Amino acid sequence: MTGIRILKEKVASGVMFILTLITMLLVVVMGIGLFIKSAPVFESYSLPELLFSSSWKPVKGEFGFFPFIMGTLWVTAFAVIIAVPVSLLTAIYLTEYAKPNVRKYVFPALDILAGLPSVIYGVWGSLLIVPLIAEKLAPHFVEFSTGYTVLAGAIVLGVMILPLLVSLFIELFTSAPEELREASISLGATKWQTTKCVVLRKTLPGIIAAIVLAVSRAFGETIAVLMVCGNLPEVPHSIFNACYPLPALIANNYGDMLSLPLYDAALMFAALILFVVVLLFNLVSRIVLYRMERNYGL
Amino acid sequence: MRFIEEKIFKTLMILATLTVFAFVISIICTIVIKGWHAMNWDMITKLPGGGFYVGKGGGFLNAIVGSLYIVGASTVLGLIISIPVVFYLNIYVKRRSKWAYVARMSYDVLFGIPSIVYGAFGFAIMIYFGLRASLSGGIIVITLLIIPIFIRSMDEVARQFPRDILDVAYSLGATRFETISVALRQIAPGIATATLLSIGRAIGDAAAVMFTAGYTDRIPESLSQPAATLPLSVFFQLSSPIKEVQDRAYAAALTLTVIVLILSILGRYITRRFSKNKLK
Repeated sequence: MTGIRILKEKVASGVMFILTLITMLLVVVMGIGLFIKSAPVFESYSLPELLFSSSWKPVKGEFGFFPFIMGTLWVTAFAVIIAVPVSLLTAIYLTEYAKPNVRKYVFPALDILAGLPSVIYGVWGSLLIVPLIAEKLAPHFVEFSTGYTVLAGAIVLGVMILPLLVSLFIELFTSAPEELREASISLGATKWQTTKCVVLRKTLPGIIAAIVLAVSRAFGETIAVLMVCGNLPEVPHSIFNACYPLPALIANNYGDMLSLPLYDAALMFAALILFVVVLLFNLVSRIVLYRMERNYGL
Repeated sequence: MRFIEEKIFKTLMILATLTVFAFVISIICTIVIKGWHAMNWDMITKLPGGGFYVGKGGGFLNAIVGSLYIVGASTVLGLIISIPVVFYLNIYVKRRSKWAYVARMSYDVLFGIPSIVYGAFGFAIMIYFGLRASLSGGIIVITLLIIPIFIRSMDEVARQFPRDILDVAYSLGATRFETISVALRQIAPGIATATLLSIGRAIGDAAAVMFTAGYTDRIPESLSQPAATLPLSVFFQLSSPIKEVQDRAYAAALTLTVIVLILSILGRYITRRFSKNKLK
């Protein structure tokens, strides 16, 4: 009897270990797979050539990713510029100021934002944000804009990463020790002074890590961006230009690229760039966040 | 002076919070208002008829069923794989071990990898094995996509689980495997919620199924046939210049939103309703 029980225990342990290992190794397998698949394009072009050339003519065999990389960077940067202040202020309000009652209303709203599929954001962007930019905003700055611009992509992306940022910030602020706040208040500091000089300073590494994490999320967002960015393979010069981020490039062209030589390897290379950037950003920010969590003994 | 600063920032904070609300309301209203006009019973009960994509009759039942097939199958597969992993990380492995740390880290990284990369990777693998875009391809990719989400969200729940209960079970002579059933009872509501939220993510994902599941006007009858999905149905129809087809995209978007919202509300309800018999 005991023998069977111990055997069960051993078998279960083994199975679980293997499942854990396999699922973990998915990261490695994915990296290797993408690398192998994009290898042919490395053989014909050097890495700087691929990354910094602006000429994208798959039919002629020219694969310059610069416009796409710049497109991704523009959209992501502006999305973060929009989302960080809003989410930071919201998170401070919810943790330091608001009564518990307020949270009861804000959390479900954030849940809804976090749960909505990206295609819905895309529909919203193309119905509301794009016309708004084309008719109301852009005429003040440039002569003509279709509305399908960097700005539209940035707004949509910014809203998409809001819930992630707010929840990470809230976690950080609630983990900051209460005693520090009390000490600061007892010295006569106002609540905002306490927040600014104690809470924010104490959690700064975590805040940066959270932003990095949000950046990596924004980096890979596909469908929503694809629907509002205009998708012109040119380096954008202002927020009222169209742009063509990397994920949109993959989504638009994958599937019908098999006839051109090296085209599929080039698109795989785009996926590899996304993979590597997201991997690095995630690793760094997670390590920082884990460390903070551990220091405050959550 | 510092009180003025205090006032200014407090106002800004309230404004920021209201902005969040404004976004939620604006998105929901846009989808509901636009979708409501286009919505009718045919949309969700009929397959696309002839000339569907030039504005003739029919609905997007194919996409609804396709999405349900893919999400249903990958949820089951995903749960089978991820529940043991969660128990392994929380019961078998010591709490602060390096190994668990590395495991959690890799799931976090996997969680962060964009779905388009999953899609491209999955498609590359399918080509390697000579598979075409099909229901099975979609299921596999979505399973891979939701496993990290499942594991991380269930793990969050399982970590709250009091160690004392485990110790009690051990002290009665139970093996770790037998202790799982004790733990399971405690974290079951959490698992249910995590599952529902992950399903919400899976059903809304478009980029991963774009190449792996394909698109079709029919309901797939076997695993090797392509399958339509709701997000892609929204996406493709919206890019059409014809107004009737675009309207149908709005109706599909409304359907998708309603499904996701129901899942999210159900998730909250389960947590609240069933955490009563939970020991603290």
